[in-house]
Amino acid sequence: MTTTQGTATPTTQKLGIATAIALIFLVLSGLIFSAEDVVQGSTVRMMYVHVPSIWVAYLAFGFTALCSAVYVSNRSRSLIWDRFAGASAEIGVLFVAISLVTGSLWGRLTWGTFWVWDARLTSTAFLFITYIGYLAVRRLGGTFSQRARRSAIMALLAVLEIPLVHFSVNLWRTLHQKASIADPNAKVQLDGFMLFTLFWGLISFSMLFAWLLIHRQRLMALEDAVQDQGLDRAIQERRTEAGR
Amino acid sequence: MTSRMQTVRRVSLAVVRKDLRIEWSSKVLLNQVAPFSLVIMIMFAFALDNEGILQRVAPGLVWLATLFSMLVIVQRSFAVETADGALDALRVAGTEPLGIFIGKSLALMVQLLALELMLLAIALVLYAVEPTAMGYAETFATMLIATIGLGFVGTLYGGLGAGARGRETLLPLLLLPAVAPVLIGATRATEAAFGSGGAQSSEGWPWIGLLAVFAGVFGAVGALAFGPMIEE
Repeated sequence: MTTTQGTATPTTQKLGIATAIALIFLVLSGLIFSAEDVVQGSTVRMMYVHVPSIWVAYLAFGFTALCSAVYVSNRSRSLIWDRFAGASAEIGVLFVAISLVTGSLWGRLTWGTFWVWDARLTSTAFLFITYIGYLAVRRLGGTFSQRARRSAIMALLAVLEIPLVHFSVNLWRTLHQKASIADPNAKVQLDGFMLFTLFWGLISFSMLFAWLLIHRQRLMALEDAVQDQGLDRAIQERRTEAGR
Repeated sequence: MTSRMQTVRRVSLAVVRKDLRIEWSSKVLLNQVAPFSLVIMIMFAFALDNEGILQRVAPGLVWLATLFSMLVIVQRSFAVETADGALDALRVAGTEPLGIFIGKSLALMVQLLALELMLLAIALVLYAVEPTAMGYAETFATMLIATIGLGFVGTLYGGLGAGARGRETLLPLLLLPAVAPVLIGATRATEAAFGSGGAQSSEGWPWIGLLAVFAGVFGAVGALAFGPMIEE
C-alpha cells in the first residue's frame, strides 16, 4: 500500500459522497416527507432506521461467513479474506446494536416495555452476543494466520449455531408460551411513500455498509502492516545488538 | 479407511483413558468442581428464597449449574493439553485429530454425567422435587443425550484458541450462547420429567429430540472442524 493520507481512493470518495447524499435524503424523507402512521403516529419513523440496520447486520454477517469460507477453502490462504470477514463482522455488530436499541425504544413507545421475550428478539440478542464473541476471538493474539484460521472457524460455527439457537428459541416461545404481544407474521400495510422510504433506507444503508467495509478493511491491512514492521524492527535491533 | 477408523478408535480410547486418569489422580472434579456446583445450588436457594419457587424452577437450576460447572471442566480439559505443549506434541506426532476430538469429548461427557447425577441428587434433597418412575427414566434420557451434545460442543469451543493467552476469560462468552439450545431443551424435558408446574411427562420427548439434533450436528461438525482448528 502506498503512503497516501487516509484510506480513501477516488472511487471510495465518490461512494462516500453518494452515500452521504442518500442518507440526507433518507433523513428528510423519514422525518419530514413521509406521513405519520394512522395507529403508531410518529413512532413509525423509527422503522426507517430499524429495518435497514438489521438488514445491514444480516448482510454483514452473511458476508463474514462467505469470506471465512473462501479463506478456509482457498489454498492461497490470502489474508484479505480474513480482513474482509473481520471488518464486516465489526460493522454487523454495530448495526445489530443499532437495531436492538431502536427496536426497544420503539417497543417502549408502542408496547410500553423495552423488551419482550419474543423469539425474534431473543434470537437477535444471541446473534449480537455471538458476534461479540467472534470479535473477541479475533483479538486473541498470535500470528495473522492463527487469527485468520481461528476466526474463520468461529464464523463458520456461528453460521451453524445461529439457526440452532433460533430454532430452539422459536420452539421455546411457541410450545412453552403463546406469543402474547407481537405477532411477527402480521400483515402490515404500508402506503406508497412509506414503502419507498423504507426501500430507500435499505439502499442507502447498504451503500454505507460498502463504504465502511472498504475503509475498515484497508485500515486493518495498515494495522497488520504496522505490526509486521514493528516486529521486523525489533528483530533488526536484536541482530545489531548481537553483532556488537 | 478401515485402518483409519481403527486408528481413530485407538487414539480416542487412549485420550479418554489419559484424561480420566489425570482426573483420577488430581481429583479436580471431586475436590473443586463438585463443591463449586453444590455452592451454586445453595446460592440459588438464597437468591430465590421460596421453597415453592425452588421446586418449580429446579430443572432450570440443575442445568444452569451444569453449564457453569462445565465451563470449569472444559478449561481444565484444555489447560492439561496446552500446559506443556502436549497438544503440539500430539500434532507433531501425527495423531489423528478425529481421535483426539472423540477422546476428549468422551472424557468430558463422563465427567459431566457424574456431575449431573450429583446435581440431580442435590435437587431431590434441597429442592424437594419428586419425580415418578417414568420421570426418572425421562430425566436419565435427557441427561444422557444433553451430555453428548455438551461434550462435543465443549470440546469444540475449548479447542478454539487453545494455547492463546486470554482464552480462559473468553470461553464463557463463546460457549454459553452456543449451548443455549441445550439449556432450553434439557430444562423443558426435565420439567416434564419432574412434573414442575403441572407439566406432563409426555411433553418432554420432543425436547429430547431437539437435544439429539443438537448432539448430532455438533458431533458431525466437531469431527470436521477439530483437525483444522488445532493445526498450526
